[in-house]
Amino acid sequence: MDKKIEARFKPVIPLLKASRITVRYGSFYNNDTRKNAGRNEGKTAVSGVSFDLLPGQWLMVVGPNGAGKSTLLNSLTGTVKAEKESSIRLMGQDITTMKKTQIARLMGMLDQQHDIGYDFYVRDIVALGRYAYRKGMFSGLSEEDRQAIDDALAKTGLTDLEDRRVTTLSGGERQRVFLAQLFAQDPSILLLDEPANHLDLIYQKQIFSLIQEWLDRPGRAVISVVHDLSLARKYGTHALLLDKGSPKAQGPIDHVLTRQNLKDVYNIDVYAWMQELLKTWEE
Amino acid sequence: MHHEGLGAVRWLLLFFVTVAVMLICLALGSVSIPLADTVRILLKALGFRAGGEISSSYETILLTVRLPRVLCCALSGASLSISGCTMQGLLRNQLADGSTLGVSSGAALGAVLAIALGFTLPGFPFAGTLVAAMLFSVLSLVLILTLTWRLDRSLSTDTLILMGIVFSMFVSALLSLVITLFPKKLTSITFWTMGSLAGSNYQNALVLAVMLAVLGGIMLTHARELNAFAISEENAGHIGVNVRRSRVLLMAAASLLVGACVSVGGSIGFVGLVTPHIMRLIVGPDHKKLLPASLFAGAIFLMLTDLISRTIASPRELPIGVVTSLIGAVVFVMTFYKTRNRRGA
Repeated sequence: MDKKIEARFKPVIPLLKASRITVRYGSFYNNDTRKNAGRNEGKTAVSGVSFDLLPGQWLMVVGPNGAGKSTLLNSLTGTVKAEKESSIRLMGQDITTMKKTQIARLMGMLDQQHDIGYDFYVRDIVALGRYAYRKGMFSGLSEEDRQAIDDALAKTGLTDLEDRRVTTLSGGERQRVFLAQLFAQDPSILLLDEPANHLDLIYQKQIFSLIQEWLDRPGRAVISVVHDLSLARKYGTHALLLDKGSPKAQGPIDHVLTRQNLKDVYNIDVYAWMQELLKTWEE
Repeated sequence: MHHEGLGAVRWLLLFFVTVAVMLICLALGSVSIPLADTVRILLKALGFRAGGEISSSYETILLTVRLPRVLCCALSGASLSISGCTMQGLLRNQLADGSTLGVSSGAALGAVLAIALGFTLPGFPFAGTLVAAMLFSVLSLVLILTLTWRLDRSLSTDTLILMGIVFSMFVSALLSLVITLFPKKLTSITFWTMGSLAGSNYQNALVLAVMLAVLGGIMLTHARELNAFAISEENAGHIGVNVRRSRVLLMAAASLLVGACVSVGGSIGFVGLVTPHIMRLIVGPDHKKLLPASLFAGAIFLMLTDLISRTIASPRELPIGVVTSLIGAVVFVMTFYKTRNRRGA
């Protein structure tokens, strides 16, 4: 067969393959140490979620409060342990057999908010993104590391702020610092948990545009949890709609975020409600 | 502008200040020895040829009494300080320290029990107390963290410190009980609760040096992980830190080192709180700088405190822990106010 045609039909290995992800709080497998985790003891938060993440995709995980969106994301990073039947493969490799640094080179995560313990410099925080690439216990930053840090600072517009203390920054700037850390980490997959939830609209747009730009390079993909369905529609290529921990619909964004699907899950005609909201702007 | 680590100049500076302070502490005391003689005696002891007449009484005082004591002060100070620094980074809590978490009290109880029950190893006179103190310090830390965790899974500052204080009080009561039951075998309760390095010998110094080299070495090589923990534990996981392994390793190293110090000098409070706090104001929170800075500063701090405690009310000697606690309590309150105000803002 012609090489070109062969290449076209070569199956694409998913960057991430999640199968039957199930998370039960208070079970043997779960060791969630976050605040209030005990409150959910015995509850099944996520049940039987499977999906393939291919290069170029931006998968939006949506659903009402308590649908298990953040828990699903945390189970992918290992912050929350999934049940035995669940399996996560990164680039074809079983994640449980991989080293933490190996995982971090392929997959990075941006949290919703950052309660920073001490007054670090912006550059120090971004530099930690290179942790997974260190050679030995005593080795410092390599030239490649420095380049990646500088690039990440430049891309997020933080070059002028690199010597500022992180506590002197606004919420929007702080979120950009951690996005820069993530860029310096240079993974193939970004996981985002409501990355702009508490930010002003301008910062929200900034963060999402930066991620969109990042995704333009080949071989990359994004999974994000979002509350705002308009944001999901604008930036997402695919969606996973969760209802009480189970997948209600998944696939290309247009097929998932339909009027009927949303009505079933949110118990409200989302489309009509958005129309009504928009109408208030018309003069 | 940005240096990784402390930089050669600062390292040298800290080293020379430490050596200078050590010489001063060796020279001064109930009998003051001229600085030149101090240096000559030390050089002679190290095998160098030193010219001039040296008074043999000076030599005895310096080499059999003062040198081992000053060495133990320096090593304990460095150990307590670097351990405190590690706990503060790991728990993201500026008030964490062997004494505030109750680890020191736990270690003291271990040592006291070992003496009372006659637990020793032949040929190595204080191995029993050393092992027991180190074991109890680790157990104390595990217990305090577990109790706090069950109450508040975010291990917040207030809950953790409260639990540490309650635990300390409980253990102090047990300590008094054991000392009352075995009055003949045990040194005074002040030694274990306030600490003293008055009777230290070269063997003590050797033990502390080995412990500091091994356990302190673990902490120094994990500066990056500590930075990640100090920012946030979740973020540490995201960037590829093996959170569970690093936490267990660093916790164990810090508490074992505190235990070793307690077995030699009793629980000398607040050293691990004061010096990292001051160093953080000077070099910032980056552990690549903060850990070595705290190490030296702790040595300097405890040598000077010891000097004050044995000279200020001369010929009487104050327990060293009284002086460190007087300073430490003030720093504790100041830090507590500052963190509270920042949170309120």
